[in-house]
Amino acid sequence: MKKELLKEENYKLCNIDQVKVDEILDKYPSNRKASAVIPLLHYVQKKSNGWLPVPEIERVAEILDMPYMKVYEVASFYTMFNLKPVGKKLLQLCHTTPCWLRGSDQIEKSIYDTLKIKDGETTPDNMFTLMKVECLGACVNAPILQINDDYYEDLDYKSTKELLNKIKTKKNIKPGSVIGRKSSEPYDKNGNINVTK
Amino acid sequence: MLQNKDKIFNNIFGFQSNKLSYALKRGDWDKTKKILSLDHDVIIEKIKNSGLRGRGGAGFSTGLKWSFMPKTLGERPHYLVVNADESEPGTCKDRDIIRHEPHKLIEGCLIASYAMRAHKCYIYIRGEFANEAKILQSAIDEAYENKLIGKNACKSGWDFDLYLHRGAGAYICGEETALLESLEGKKGQPRLKPPFPAGVGLYGCPTTVNNVESIAVVPTILRRGENWFSKLGKENNTGTKLFCISGHVNKPCNVEEEMGIPLRELIEKHAGGVIGGWNNLLAIIPGGSSTPMLPKQICDTITMDFDSLKNAGTGLGTAGVIVMDKTTDIVEAIVRLAFFYKHESCGQCTPCREGTGWMWRLLKKIASKDASPRDIDNLLELTKQVEGHTICALGDAAAWPIQGLFKNFRDEIEMGLKLKKIAAE
Repeated sequence: MKKELLKEENYKLCNIDQVKVDEILDKYPSNRKASAVIPLLHYVQKKSNGWLPVPEIERVAEILDMPYMKVYEVASFYTMFNLKPVGKKLLQLCHTTPCWLRGSDQIEKSIYDTLKIKDGETTPDNMFTLMKVECLGACVNAPILQINDDYYEDLDYKSTKELLNKIKTKKNIKPGSVIGRKSSEPYDKNGNINVTK
Repeated sequence: MLQNKDKIFNNIFGFQSNKLSYALKRGDWDKTKKILSLDHDVIIEKIKNSGLRGRGGAGFSTGLKWSFMPKTLGERPHYLVVNADESEPGTCKDRDIIRHEPHKLIEGCLIASYAMRAHKCYIYIRGEFANEAKILQSAIDEAYENKLIGKNACKSGWDFDLYLHRGAGAYICGEETALLESLEGKKGQPRLKPPFPAGVGLYGCPTTVNNVESIAVVPTILRRGENWFSKLGKENNTGTKLFCISGHVNKPCNVEEEMGIPLRELIEKHAGGVIGGWNNLLAIIPGGSSTPMLPKQICDTITMDFDSLKNAGTGLGTAGVIVMDKTTDIVEAIVRLAFFYKHESCGQCTPCREGTGWMWRLLKKIASKDASPRDIDNLLELTKQVEGHTICALGDAAAWPIQGLFKNFRDEIEMGLKLKKIAAE
């Protein structure tokens, strides 16, 4: 399977830095190497354009002396591991109740209107993939859109559109709240912050 | 209302830097060596006497949990594992501790590990918190460089290693034994208990799993005294707590308050009140998605602590307060939660694996109003079949919000079904 895939897709294995691998393995007892499976999969996924092709999963299995199937089992269990290619910017839209109450449906619409993609789809230029995900754990800053590693918070239809357009035109964007509040402080739209700094 | 001088987390919003030099100014790492000169069991006793109950949801006495660990260090090492897999919908307090007060957590890890005779501690952080993990790792590095942790931590004679481990997106890993499985490099599927982790935990060794907030408050409790902590809040529900107020409020926020604060006061003083005013309130989920909702008439007077919420048929849980005003389609709100549990079921127990999907489909049918009152009876029967019949509490957590929905809004929902039927005829 490995050889076929390599040939078929002209797949080039990513560069694995042994120092980094050792650094990860150092955290766990030497006879418990399997503990490093999630950190290593994260590392490899980041290096291989945001997803885990089979040959990469096989390499992780080799490094950790684990059967391929055990590593695949982990890769398929956890939602952050992508077993199919994704766009350069992975948009993860939270749609659980606290985000929904604050208008996550509008964010979904804004993404569709701007990029013409729905849940699970990728733009033709391979720039954006949209995934609807479960609670991202930033509920007081709802609604949340995670773009690769960064959270964008307190969004609405308009600010989502602006955000996506900025990415499209390669302008800088700043993670965090888009309405200018500091993390989870109580923020008044009139600019009155009622906390002591 | 909690006075500023009694706040534990003075930098919860991150107005100041999270770096060590600033943490020292805020009082972290102050005389840690002196605390570590106390006997292990004296520390455990002090935490017990403070009345601290676990901040991760179950509300079990933290000191008592610690006391279940073996009293002598045998052949097998002891482990402290900190649960930073914050994923309960409505909850986002640990994220702020990690990114703005990381040194409180790290110092807490050292002291708690010492108390339980553990030389090693793992912090398991949810995978999505990539940036928070970076911040925490650099704080850990800083603590090592300054010899606060590592060999002879704080010159106490105790060797202590702290490791950060990132998960990869699985709500179930917030369950302590699923977390241990995940940390061992497996699918996050909960273990049968007994054996309990204090006997057989990580790598088969004695282990205690604690929530981030439970650990991060420990240094302050020991510095200011267990009596200071136990005098705050209410009897058996002592101390302060971080509340996350989300949903239909004017100013959603995190806030530290005294345990036992009236729910209405919490929302009106800190979150700018319910959108459209208190009378526009429909219902509140008081402690994260798993806890059954409360209708407005109970919200009027209820106080936010473990015991009074338990008496009201719900729970304090993680203190993730989800507010829903009268514009909310209350069935849809719970459909989303039902979908969440269906998505997050690990698939190990049949009642949960099959039941969460079944519950979601039936509830969706009711939300579309193409259902009969019998569907409601079937759904409620189903929740009873799932509840209490699974290895871990995810099955219960999936059943409770649905039971809470129909306990409070069955009449309205049935009326909606009837109206639709009449309209169709």
